[in-house]
Amino acid sequence: MAILLDENSKVLVQGFTGQIGTFHATEMIEYGTNIVGGVTPGKGGTKHLDKPVFNTMKEAVAATGANASIVFVPPPFAADSIMEAADSGIRYCVAITDGIPSQDMIRVKRYMRRYRAEEKMVLTGPNCAGSISPGKCMMGIMPGHIYMPGPVGVVGRSGTLGYEAASQMKALGIGISSSIGIGGDPINGSAFRDHLEYFEQDPDTKVVVMIGEIGGPQEADAALWAKENMTKPVVGYVAGLTAPKGRRMGHAGAIISAVGESAAEKVEILEQCGVTVVPNPASFGEVVKEILAKVS
Amino acid sequence: MDIHEYQAKEILSGYGVPILPGGLAYSPEQATYRATELAGDVWVVKAQIHSGARGKAGGVKICKTPDEIWDAADDLLGKKLITHQTGPQGKVCHRLYIEAGCDIGREIYLAFVLDRAAERVTVVASAEGGMEIEQLAVEKPESIIKIAVEPAVGMQAFQARELAFALGMDKNQVNQAVTLFLGCYRAMRDLDATMVEINPLVVTRDGNLVALDAKMGFDDNALFRHPNISELRDKSQEDPREMRAADRGLSYVGLDGNIGCIINGAGLAMATMDMIKHAGGEPANFLDIGGGASPERTAKAFNLVLSDDNVETILVNIFAGINRCDWIAEGVVQAVEKIDLKVPLVVRLSGTNVEAGQKIIKDSGLPIISADTLAEAAEKAVGAWKDATGKK
Repeated sequence: MAILLDENSKVLVQGFTGQIGTFHATEMIEYGTNIVGGVTPGKGGTKHLDKPVFNTMKEAVAATGANASIVFVPPPFAADSIMEAADSGIRYCVAITDGIPSQDMIRVKRYMRRYRAEEKMVLTGPNCAGSISPGKCMMGIMPGHIYMPGPVGVVGRSGTLGYEAASQMKALGIGISSSIGIGGDPINGSAFRDHLEYFEQDPDTKVVVMIGEIGGPQEADAALWAKENMTKPVVGYVAGLTAPKGRRMGHAGAIISAVGESAAEKVEILEQCGVTVVPNPASFGEVVKEILAKVS
Repeated sequence: MDIHEYQAKEILSGYGVPILPGGLAYSPEQATYRATELAGDVWVVKAQIHSGARGKAGGVKICKTPDEIWDAADDLLGKKLITHQTGPQGKVCHRLYIEAGCDIGREIYLAFVLDRAAERVTVVASAEGGMEIEQLAVEKPESIIKIAVEPAVGMQAFQARELAFALGMDKNQVNQAVTLFLGCYRAMRDLDATMVEINPLVVTRDGNLVALDAKMGFDDNALFRHPNISELRDKSQEDPREMRAADRGLSYVGLDGNIGCIINGAGLAMATMDMIKHAGGEPANFLDIGGGASPERTAKAFNLVLSDDNVETILVNIFAGINRCDWIAEGVVQAVEKIDLKVPLVVRLSGTNVEAGQKIIKDSGLPIISADTLAEAAEKAVGAWKDATGKK
């Protein structure tokens, strides 16, 4: 088992024929992801990387039975593509695009609320490295070989810091059920809390690692939820202890603008909620190993 | 992106927000001439810098004669103002806004912000004006009124009325207030602002509303569709190194330490800075070189980091996904050969094509210290810094 994506995911690539879409679609196909086609408006009816290209998501879903999509569409048009995916019946969408205007994301989030829970698309990103269920499906731009299958669920904002955690675990022989990137933007498709909930329900996930950073209330919200609702141990980390207040640290969302948003404050809340906080970013592997030994 | 008070007022005025008559000045001559254009017998000379709390920093001067205006302008132009928002380095004032005086009845705090938790625009207001919101939140939290705007339909007149009555306005002021609140909301939505702050919003003694100060911030990601807003950018208000970095596609934030950092990915960059601190050092900067870093971009990153005189050691930490370690290694070697590096350099490569990358570093024969893990990289960087400088 895994969450959100697995061997049954049939994936469409939105922005398929562009340079970035082409490059990463090739990598995903090589990894074994079932890419069933792609969408580029105006190029419908052609073939790209041996897969069919469609003009619209609805056509693509009707022809391929796709249930997942990954968005490489440039920022001015990405919000529109995400809404198109939601309306076409896609169940899981990964938005890789970095630089989508916040008000566009507000619109996307509002639009997605019109669907009933059982028809609602789960969105991760934007501005993320994607998600992977090792050995089953990769929807993202990560180096797939650093992830091995196993019992640890990972959810994080940052791509490369997620790679760091995964490789530290791999070095100790610890594998991952699914690794989900929620992205570095202030308004993102889904929150840490949502994914803690999915991992709690996933029988093959034994421990969850939550990799946060400065800015926004999401890490604290998730920890408070976990305290009340989770049976599985949560390991946490908050990047940016050395980050100054009021300065944007690369990610649009990584800015300390309110009380409770600094790394130190978040760490305190996480600890109060029973989350095991990794003392420094070089000890993801060791801490997860210890916790894993306790649960199994 | 931030803009100046006078620019924000001009924009908001176009959306029906009442402002006082005023004019821009770049010299004491212009300042005194501006005053003659404005009616009345009292004027306010306001330093235009990208920061709030200018009054406390001496950036706002009330003047009663042309001579006073001249002296105020002469004093403020070219002056560095330090507020809690500018940080200790302060911001230099190059422009002045000369405004007619105002008979203040009472002051209200008003702001429209993008609320991350609610994922919508939220209006924040308080009848206890004249204070910064941070201070209000601590001292008079019960006075703060919040209204969330439903994004599908936008702010409605009833919400604006509720807010106006809650702020204690009388029935004559409520209509003015509705126009003002809805105007601010439309400006925010139309122009992709992240914030509109009017502090204070003044009720004058004769019962009219006027925006005495105005501040707007814009979503950098949305500037592609607002060339008129991009035009308002004032580069003199930005950190020169951060600006140079942004122009080169790099994301840089200068800090106070001695260990320069070149890293890919914002999260890993922050984590590496934390790790340097954990190992007993202090990072000199945040720098994310992003995905697909070419040798040229790596070289630019080196130049940028070294433009900070405090840098006494450099740590490169790359976890290559889209990037490839061999490209990064080539970039590092080229940069080091070109710039005649005088400080210790620690390089940690991981991910795609790591063996090829490490081989390039090794074969270069350059005095580059290699590290395999994040912990080792931070320890070696701090160790090399201590050895090179004799500091502890």
